[in-house]
Amino acid sequence: MEDFSLSINGKSIQVNVPSDMPLLWVLRDVLAMKGTKYGCGQGLCGSCTVLLDGNPIRTCAFPVGEVKGAKIVTIEGISEAGDHPVQKAWVEHVVPQCGYCQSGQIMSAVALLDRNPNPSDQDIESAMSGNICRCGTYNRIKEAIQTASKNL
Amino acid sequence: MKSNFPFSKNQDPKDESKVFVPSRRDFLKLGSLVTGGFLLGVNFQCAGPKGETITFAPNVYIILDSDNQVTLVAHRSEMGTGIRTSLPMIMADELGADWSKIKIIQAEADQKFGDQNTDGSYSVRMFYEPMRMAGATVRHMLTQAAAKKWSIEASECHTENGQVVSSSGKTIDFGDLVADLQTMEMPKPEEVKLKEKSSYKLIGTDVAIYDAKDIATGKAVFGADVDLPGMKVAVVQRSPVVGGKALSYDDSTALQIPGVLQTVKIEGQGVPAGLDKPLEGVAVVADNTWAAMQGQKALKIKWDLGPNQSYQSLQQIQEMLQSVKSNGKVRRERGNFSSASGSASKVLDRTYVVPFYAHATMEPPVAIADWKEGFCEVWAPTQHPQWARTAVATALGMPEEQVKVNVTLLGGGFGRKSKPDYVVEAALVSKAVQAPVRVQWTREDDIHHDFYHAQSVQRIRVALDGQQNVSGWNHHTVFPSIGATSNPDELHPSDGELGLGCIDFPFEVPNIRIETHESKAHTRIGWLRSVSNIHHSFAINCMLDEVAEAKGMDPVDMLIGMLGEDRDLDFQSEIKGDFGNYGEPLDKFPWNTGRLKSVIQRVAQESNWKAGIASGKAMGFAVQKSFLTYVACVVEVAKDGNGALQVPVVHYAVDCGVPVNTDRIRSQFEGGAQFALSLALTGINFENGQVKENNFDGYSVIRMPQSPKNIHVHILDSQEKPTGVGEPPVPPFIPALCNAVYKLTGNRIYELPLKV
Ligand code: FES
Ligand code: FES
Repeated sequence: MEDFSLSINGKSIQVNVPSDMPLLWVLRDVLAMKGTKYGCGQGLCGSCTVLLDGNPIRTCAFPVGEVKGAKIVTIEGISEAGDHPVQKAWVEHVVPQCGYCQSGQIMSAVALLDRNPNPSDQDIESAMSGNICRCGTYNRIKEAIQTASKNL
Repeated sequence: MKSNFPFSKNQDPKDESKVFVPSRRDFLKLGSLVTGGFLLGVNFQCAGPKGETITFAPNVYIILDSDNQVTLVAHRSEMGTGIRTSLPMIMADELGADWSKIKIIQAEADQKFGDQNTDGSYSVRMFYEPMRMAGATVRHMLTQAAAKKWSIEASECHTENGQVVSSSGKTIDFGDLVADLQTMEMPKPEEVKLKEKSSYKLIGTDVAIYDAKDIATGKAVFGADVDLPGMKVAVVQRSPVVGGKALSYDDSTALQIPGVLQTVKIEGQGVPAGLDKPLEGVAVVADNTWAAMQGQKALKIKWDLGPNQSYQSLQQIQEMLQSVKSNGKVRRERGNFSSASGSASKVLDRTYVVPFYAHATMEPPVAIADWKEGFCEVWAPTQHPQWARTAVATALGMPEEQVKVNVTLLGGGFGRKSKPDYVVEAALVSKAVQAPVRVQWTREDDIHHDFYHAQSVQRIRVALDGQQNVSGWNHHTVFPSIGATSNPDELHPSDGELGLGCIDFPFEVPNIRIETHESKAHTRIGWLRSVSNIHHSFAINCMLDEVAEAKGMDPVDMLIGMLGEDRDLDFQSEIKGDFGNYGEPLDKFPWNTGRLKSVIQRVAQESNWKAGIASGKAMGFAVQKSFLTYVACVVEVAKDGNGALQVPVVHYAVDCGVPVNTDRIRSQFEGGAQFALSLALTGINFENGQVKENNFDGYSVIRMPQSPKNIHVHILDSQEKPTGVGEPPVPPFIPALCNAVYKLTGNRIYELPLKV
């Protein structure tokens, strides 16, 4: 067990956990931040995506010991009132079906638009290819990203 | 920082006190549970001391209070179909409520809600009328109450946006009538008038799902998100082979992992595994998920793997390929196929192979249980809350009244989460450790221990006479039956499974014989989104495409012709067992060839089927009625620069009766195409009784770059009774895809997974 000081959604938070514990379980089990989801544990599905210094990472395969002071942003932290342009576009296009993958989808979309505010269809496809949606909401995700890119 | 909120008091702590629905006893007194579970005649008083919110719950689904809040109860499970929105919106429309202010709460498992088994695409079919009736009854009472207040006739009043409005323009909020409602008698059902379809404001429109914003902000509560004070987490190492038993185990390494607390043996029942029993396993209980997962890996278990340890799924396919060469058990007979084939000018003889599939719901199975002496409370993403309740009560040896099952959102279901095995595991482990426990399945657990869609072999022979007419149809189908999971003596597909897209072959062919063969289940077989329709539709539609080619005809024209006159079909005289019709009587839900033709014609027209297509692309067609919904599908395929298959366009035409929530109908078809494409490209294999695939690397699910692109859903403006749309998108997609691939590549597809 080790002490870690994490910057999550702009707040500094201390945790005492094994250094190999994936960030996902630190968020979900230790900090009770349940928005980030577990889908595969192997970096294959994207359900657990958060931003680390702005880059999308798969927290299920990212040991807390590797965070090393980088800034973490989770689904709970992209807006105060749930009104980030990506979130608004998600509601406008009624993207979710079951909704389980959508935190991860939204975080990948936010990361994409942060570095590429006007993505082409192909940019979207390659940026989103790490996120599985078993319900098959891919086309609405793409439309919502295009809408969000106009409202950034 | 650990959140301690109990799920049942979700967000608004006032919820609990406001929700007062009639107790079970009240219902039993009334004695008549109308189909679908809507009960009239239930009235009660719960006026509190002055100033307190007064609540009026005239039936189990609707709660009005004097704060002018309309709360609707969603009693069926939300797994992504939108049912948590679509049934309440039916009630709200009849009620004349203000949809933007509606609150929806999720029902716990209780018989008083009627059927809660969210499966088989029948929620809307079963509850359309009861939900309308529920809303209309309360509307009736509201207009009566307002009319009395205003000393006018109730016929001069209607409801709109949460108010009663008089013809002279007077208005009163529902909330201001709640006290009056309490003193009123419930109307008799025959006094209640349903609205005309033309006056609906919600039904037949796009209504966004109730949970969209909660999902987009990460606040929606799925199974694993429930947190209880002092809750432990358990991950279970189950027998790698169904029916295996743990002879002994060594947990010493596991117990050394920081956070691991103890282990608990879970007794399986061997073979048959059953649909509602846990598999044999050892649970590692820890204070966090990560520790429990590591503990699972560190267990050393000595298994007696039991009778299925030598099972090889590919070898079974070989056996099934042999069996379909001989005569099987005849399940439907019209005319005499043998003489038709004897006198045929040509006989097509083709065999189709489809692998096992896992559900791979995005949220792996998970359940939370809090066992205390004399009471066990459960939180679970379950499609079938009442079965979960019964199964938990049975496993714990408690009466059902001492088990409470709360239903969270489901991160996907597809049939997997009907089975309560994982809920029972949580209850057993909680009892063993005397603390609240979350049993968390890993993705590997999910892929290894599912209730799989059965692998199948089908052989279809088609006789063409001298005039090139189809004179004979002989369909052999063999696959391990779902029934065998509980009863290993069930060796043939059941009547129910044949009713899923095989026995009701609707085309006018003078000689038809449908036969089944024996095969054993060596794993747990279950139902997966559209069930046997998946393989039946694949084989039938691929064969019909080949028949059209042999006749030199367009498949669309051929099928329209082979459907004959518009009429209702009755198969019973030719079928050797029962024709289930998805549990509905044929007089209520007839099998109508005209409706099938309409979706065929519509999809052909919308896809420009006849116009042809640019080179480098190809279109394929298929049609399949399933779950009483008529669907035709055109899939367009192309290859990208790397030779990988692309699906640029899909057209669906659907007749699901009166469309309820058109946005969710479209979304089910959009997602259904994606789901079906995944099925076409992957499969589960068993070696030595164990599943070879582990995670999304071996059992692939399509990702955005491969996904079908422009999915057009054409919803027929039908006046028929509404039917479901959760499963019907899947069956016609795969054969339409395969027929398109044939046109693109020249290779007929007889075996899945599809290799292009
Ligand atoms: S849970 Fe992390 S990628 Fe799947
Ligand atoms: S919405 Fe269900 S997995 Fe994406």
